[in-house]
Amino acid sequence: MTGRSWGVFLLRRLAGTAVVVALLSIGVFGLLYLAPGSVQQTLLGTRPATPETIAAIQARYHLNDPLPVQYLSWLGGVLRGDLGTSIRTGMPVADMLGQRLPLTLALTGYGTLLAVLAGIPLGVAGALRRGRAADRLVVTAGVVGLSAPPFAVGLLLLVVFAAGLGWFPVYGVGEGFADQVLHLTLPAVALAVGAVGMLVRFSRAALIRELDQDYVVFARARGLGAPAVLGYALRNSLVPILTAAGLIVTGMLAGTVLVEVTFALPGLGSLLVDSVTFKDVPVVQALALLLTLLIAAVNLLVDVGYSAADPRVRIGGRPS
Amino acid sequence: MGEREARSSGRTGVDASGAQGVGPAGAQGAGRAGAGIAVEGLTVRQPATGRTLLSGVTFEVAPGESVAIVGESGSGKSLTVRAMLGLLPRGLEAAGTVRIAGERVDDDPRARARQRGGVVSLLMQDPFTLLNPLRRVGRQIADGLPRGADAKAEVPRLLAEVGLPADVAGRYPFQLSGGMRQRVGLAAALAGGPSVLVADEPTTALDATTQREVLALVRRVQRERHMAFVLITHDLRLAFSTCDRVMVMYAGRLMEAGGAAAVRREQLHPYTRALLAAEPPADRRLAVIPAVAGSVPAHDAVADRCAFADRCALAVAECRDGVPELRAVRHAPGPSADVSAVRGESGPSAGVPAVRHEPGVPAVRDVRLSACLRATELPAPPAPEPGVAPALPVTADPVLRVRELRRTFAGARRPALDGVSLTVAPGEVVGVVGESGSGKTTLARCVAGLERPDAGTILLGGADCSDYGRMGRDAVRQARRTAQMIFQDPYSTLNPARTVGAALGEALWADGRPAAPDDVARLLESVGLGRDMAGMRPAGLSGGERQRVAIARAVAGEPRLLICDEPVSALDVSVQAQILGLLAELRERLSMAMLFITHDLAVVRQIADRIYVLESGRCVETGPAEQVLDAPTHPYTRALLASVPDGSSGWLA
Repeated sequence: MTGRSWGVFLLRRLAGTAVVVALLSIGVFGLLYLAPGSVQQTLLGTRPATPETIAAIQARYHLNDPLPVQYLSWLGGVLRGDLGTSIRTGMPVADMLGQRLPLTLALTGYGTLLAVLAGIPLGVAGALRRGRAADRLVVTAGVVGLSAPPFAVGLLLLVVFAAGLGWFPVYGVGEGFADQVLHLTLPAVALAVGAVGMLVRFSRAALIRELDQDYVVFARARGLGAPAVLGYALRNSLVPILTAAGLIVTGMLAGTVLVEVTFALPGLGSLLVDSVTFKDVPVVQALALLLTLLIAAVNLLVDVGYSAADPRVRIGGRPS
Repeated sequence: MGEREARSSGRTGVDASGAQGVGPAGAQGAGRAGAGIAVEGLTVRQPATGRTLLSGVTFEVAPGESVAIVGESGSGKSLTVRAMLGLLPRGLEAAGTVRIAGERVDDDPRARARQRGGVVSLLMQDPFTLLNPLRRVGRQIADGLPRGADAKAEVPRLLAEVGLPADVAGRYPFQLSGGMRQRVGLAAALAGGPSVLVADEPTTALDATTQREVLALVRRVQRERHMAFVLITHDLRLAFSTCDRVMVMYAGRLMEAGGAAAVRREQLHPYTRALLAAEPPADRRLAVIPAVAGSVPAHDAVADRCAFADRCALAVAECRDGVPELRAVRHAPGPSADVSAVRGESGPSAGVPAVRHEPGVPAVRDVRLSACLRATELPAPPAPEPGVAPALPVTADPVLRVRELRRTFAGARRPALDGVSLTVAPGEVVGVVGESGSGKTTLARCVAGLERPDAGTILLGGADCSDYGRMGRDAVRQARRTAQMIFQDPYSTLNPARTVGAALGEALWADGRPAAPDDVARLLESVGLGRDMAGMRPAGLSGGERQRVAIARAVAGEPRLLICDEPVSALDVSVQAQILGLLAELRERLSMAMLFITHDLAVVRQIADRIYVLESGRCVETGPAEQVLDAPTHPYTRALLASVPDGSSGWLA
């Protein structure tokens, strides 16, 4: 595949993503109007409703303009990096997000890494030993992991490994890389447990299906070694595994809400909980938009991954 | 009574020969170390269920020799080679001795692993699934090269050997046609330089003309490399044309074996006869295709008798008393002597023992083996009666008139239908033949309203049905009552969750008739099924039974036109003969017209009155069936005709 067709492919996917984000931004903007009470009241928050403050709010948010104009001026601000001001703290929302984003990204990345490192090898092992004791163990463990909610796992981990055994800190983010990793390990594990279960199921099922395909039998029959044959099958199971991985990352972004609260971590999740509690609508809007962007980015990556894994996707052949 | 005497005296002859008869492997296997394949007493079992799937399979293949294993589905032909190669599906176990290139491998997984690719290689059935879809074909071929080989030189050389240009190496499988993929498969199978090649139905998924090219290629390469070659096929005539020797399997046992020419001339087992008779000829129309009722039994269901006895018209009590052994029946010193022996047997002087061993000549390769107790006394099969296409009144208004039909699929380079016109008169069977991509299925789907044509008109019973989307509900209803369709794959055309009775009741209801249980039963009987089948679900039915149910569903409303899209191409030959017989009978009884889509000229010969030949969405030739098939004028029709296996050894030349 040439660089040019890659470029065209990426542009097409990017344009698609942009359309999705633009549509969702309308919904995010609408959050302001969905919040209970009048918009002015919502934006005023706990401040006294004097004529001056009301006038200031109306001017700042163009509340007297028609809705489309309000949306466009909000969107214009968002594009310039102006996400509004937090009602709760009075700080610019962009700054608040900037402080908290790295932690959540680190936590999600760490959790995904753990899930992939554990889930795919376990799934492969299960597929290769299909029907035997090791496989049944893997499948059972996967079901247990899948059905355990992250906050419950988090509490259990805290009780056992932090409070009981004292191997890990109970809360906080730590200083320096090693210490931070240590602090993030339990939350990342709590996030990863369910994801491991899902990855085990997807990768095991995908690999079992591929191992039964004709091309695998043919490869064996013409004398290819076991590693080469497994390589054939694994490469072909990549598309479902990538799909699962994409779902896992987006699921983890949502899961951080509960896990960050459980482990008292100052990330986006705990910010979201606080902001919802205080009806801090500009922050909630900004968080919703940010999560939308992150999820869209993950899906874009998965799409790119598909086409890297499967030439039929990028060259446009019929799968057969 | 005279016949009876002839039988018993012939029988003595068989018994005498049976005593001295030796299986080829027994005679030769020991003394021929270093050669080809020797399989002895191969048995495949499924330990979980205790079932035996095949037993007592013994044969050998010498270097440079080609042997075809022929059988219908369920005969165990594929399992035989999978067991031979140690590639059985999970849950199956093989027993018996297998020697490949002089090395015993059945009890030695490491020897098997070492032999794969370099000594023995397998070419599989479906070119669309046998290659890794995500890897460029050049690299897939290179993966099978012996260690240390220079891929840059070897891959183009292998591609050239299978008749492909070197730049194919850089393509992915999905960028190649089926025939090219099968050639790539052959190149990959040859990469390790095997001395034994096994091909499991390598051309079944290909078009007829491509099939002939690929088979000719496989044969040429096999001769050039002097490989021992085993071909698995369901097509007896194709086996005759391709291989030196033929083995016929049925219900997991060998039924008959012998030289291809000798078996073609005279079959020494009733099953082989039935199988050959059920394959319709392409050069003439038969009044009835001889079909054997019933279907292939499971191996264990016939463990105590001849597997074919229950379907055999010639069976006697002894046939059900123990499994007859595969025994040498007669040598075939020369074609003339062989033929005269056959003639002599069916004639009045049948007392002469037909078995003649020539002392001192171990011509085991010419030995005819049969598992039939009555092998030497089989009466000559009756010559099939020629059939005539019924004359049709030309005055009647056509039930279907298609004019200038066009359809182009999004993203396709050329139209699937490029201005096709045809008519079907009431009660007439019109065959539409062509290879994949000719547009024949698109045509059928347009007429049935499953596809919307871009341009052109379709008149069904005089009503305009060009665009079902714009027709009123009543008009669609009327169109559906005029034309019904049956599809190729009987496994996916029935809803697996509904019983047969429910499916048929629904069809009756759709025709506006209250579905009394009796109607469903009558419908079942009209397609040759029992009333008790109404309560069954499709999963419990065989392929032939499913296709019968699909036909019953289509004819429930007694449509004036039945659209048949390759209705028999997914079925075994014997079942195909049954279904063709059923369709011919229904046509007569319901005076129903048919639009019969098929790629198989032998099938269309048996059923069609007129034929349209499609190529790339255009009709290149049309006319009465005899005229088109006996005196084709278009080169494409001639190429199609030449690609039908005729059983002669010159077919691949």
